[in-house]
Amino acid sequence: MTIDLKTVKHISKLSRISIDDNKAKKLGKDLNSIFSFIEKLNELDTKNTEPLTSIAETTLKLRKDEIKSENIREDILKNSPDKNKDFFVVPKVVE
Amino acid sequence: MMSNITDLKLVELVDKIKKKELSSTEVTIAFIERSKKSKKLNSYISENYENAIKKAKIFDQKPDFKKKLPGIPIAVKDLFCTKNIRTTAGSKILENFVPTYESTVTQNILDEGGIVIGKLNCDEFAMGSSNETSYFGNVQNPVSENLVPGGSSGGSSSALAAKLTPATIGTDTGGSIRQPASFTGTVGLKPTYGSCSRYGIVAFASSLDQAGPMTHDVKDCSLMFEIMSTYDTKDSTSVDFKRKNYLTNLNENIKGKKIGIPKEYRVDGMPKEIDELWEKGIKIIKENGGQIIEISLPNTNYALPTYYIVAPAEASSNLARYDGVKYGFRSKGENLIDMYEKTRSEGFGDEVKRRIMIGTYVLSSGYYDAYYLKAQKVRRLIKNDFDEAYKKVDAILTPSTPSSAFKIGEKLNDPVSMYLNDIFTVPINLAGLPAISIPAGHDKKGYPLGLQVIGKAFDEQSILNIAFALEKNISFKNNITDWWIK
Repeated sequence: MTIDLKTVKHISKLSRISIDDNKAKKLGKDLNSIFSFIEKLNELDTKNTEPLTSIAETTLKLRKDEIKSENIREDILKNSPDKNKDFFVVPKVVE
Repeated sequence: MMSNITDLKLVELVDKIKKKELSSTEVTIAFIERSKKSKKLNSYISENYENAIKKAKIFDQKPDFKKKLPGIPIAVKDLFCTKNIRTTAGSKILENFVPTYESTVTQNILDEGGIVIGKLNCDEFAMGSSNETSYFGNVQNPVSENLVPGGSSGGSSSALAAKLTPATIGTDTGGSIRQPASFTGTVGLKPTYGSCSRYGIVAFASSLDQAGPMTHDVKDCSLMFEIMSTYDTKDSTSVDFKRKNYLTNLNENIKGKKIGIPKEYRVDGMPKEIDELWEKGIKIIKENGGQIIEISLPNTNYALPTYYIVAPAEASSNLARYDGVKYGFRSKGENLIDMYEKTRSEGFGDEVKRRIMIGTYVLSSGYYDAYYLKAQKVRRLIKNDFDEAYKKVDAILTPSTPSSAFKIGEKLNDPVSMYLNDIFTVPINLAGLPAISIPAGHDKKGYPLGLQVIGKAFDEQSILNIAFALEKNISFKNNITDWWIK
């Protein structure tokens, strides 16, 4: 299997990472070498094997839905790259 | 006198503070002074020196000697969120991120009297085996100039080996504690999945990530581990089991222990010294009354390809949160989508982008079954291999890495060759098992090499004991010359 330039661009769109043509070519080369290494898994017959999704194969414990944190709105907003009063600011999304 | 303090190991320092032979302030200042003289190693991303000295003085005014880390200064990997101390995960995208909360593991250290003196360099989002993917630059291995300290906990291994901190903590997703420990002649433990809380650790691959201690010897490692490992309701995969006093229970008696030697770990092209070291380990176990049993882990060769599907898949999902909106770096964009794409393109480094894209691809429509589901099935086979082996043995002995530390830049342009470095460590994360790397000797170049002891799930005590016995008989000496201090 080979990953062509069009596929690389498609994956970059899905990943929300913009890349230029030069980077895409280089990345395509890397991905092809990594995937040819990954193809090795096809040697194994796994028809009757159950997938292992997590090592902790128990039902995850739930805890009560309680508010525990103190009022830290100010501190949280301090980390924001763009804010207006108590809001995060993003580029305009509705016309 | 000052220089002697930093030569002491963690347990020795605790002892001296408890006996009032040393104060927390003296110890804290000693490690900070040495750290200041060691900037060339680039082990630190953020320093917390002033604050740490203040804390040490407060401790000395009203010392509580019942604590397990009474006023002990500790630098930690910059993947642990520390309240009010910048936490970057080695990434530009988190360059100015200041957490509003404390990770459970660092909280445990603080609760026992530990004092955080700084945040240590690491590969970006812990993705790397050489610390070369960090936005904050390469880290020097104190063993020799221009040598990588391993990764991803490379700042941790470097700072520890250089004695800038008496002990440290790292995280291990595919070998990120054990490989850097092996490269720097130090001890590193990756605990069983579910043993140490993942709460507040910047997530990479959630089904594989585990925090663990990195120390000068097995005693120190046992102490750190018993502090770090707690049941935590803030981590839904934290396991509620009876934790031991690992240090009190530490002993070198391995009589009757059955140790497995997996034949699949004898890989082609492995340096002769590593094979000899492994033989040395086997001999020590036999001489101490342990029993050596040849075992087979037939799916070992499939572990790396499995890992390079599972880990990027989980990473692509975990790293979706970095969108430049609520925290972190943001680029200007013409619209919202453009802003996301530019932010992520400029905020992430090449290796992280590569892995996000691999992960996105293997999870995308039409490829999910062929890659992701296939990898999860093979992961089951790999775990089954260990389950089978543990019907016959108590623990498994292997080398930690297939080579010693390499030069900075040597493997940067060949991702697959870089990935092969983790061949002996990755299977253990896939199976969720505990494993410890201890220094066991040097290669021709004089670089350290490690042996790995792998245990049954939640049986850290056995591998600590086996490592303790090996350590006593090996008597490894790290020949570090302080070349970076003018």
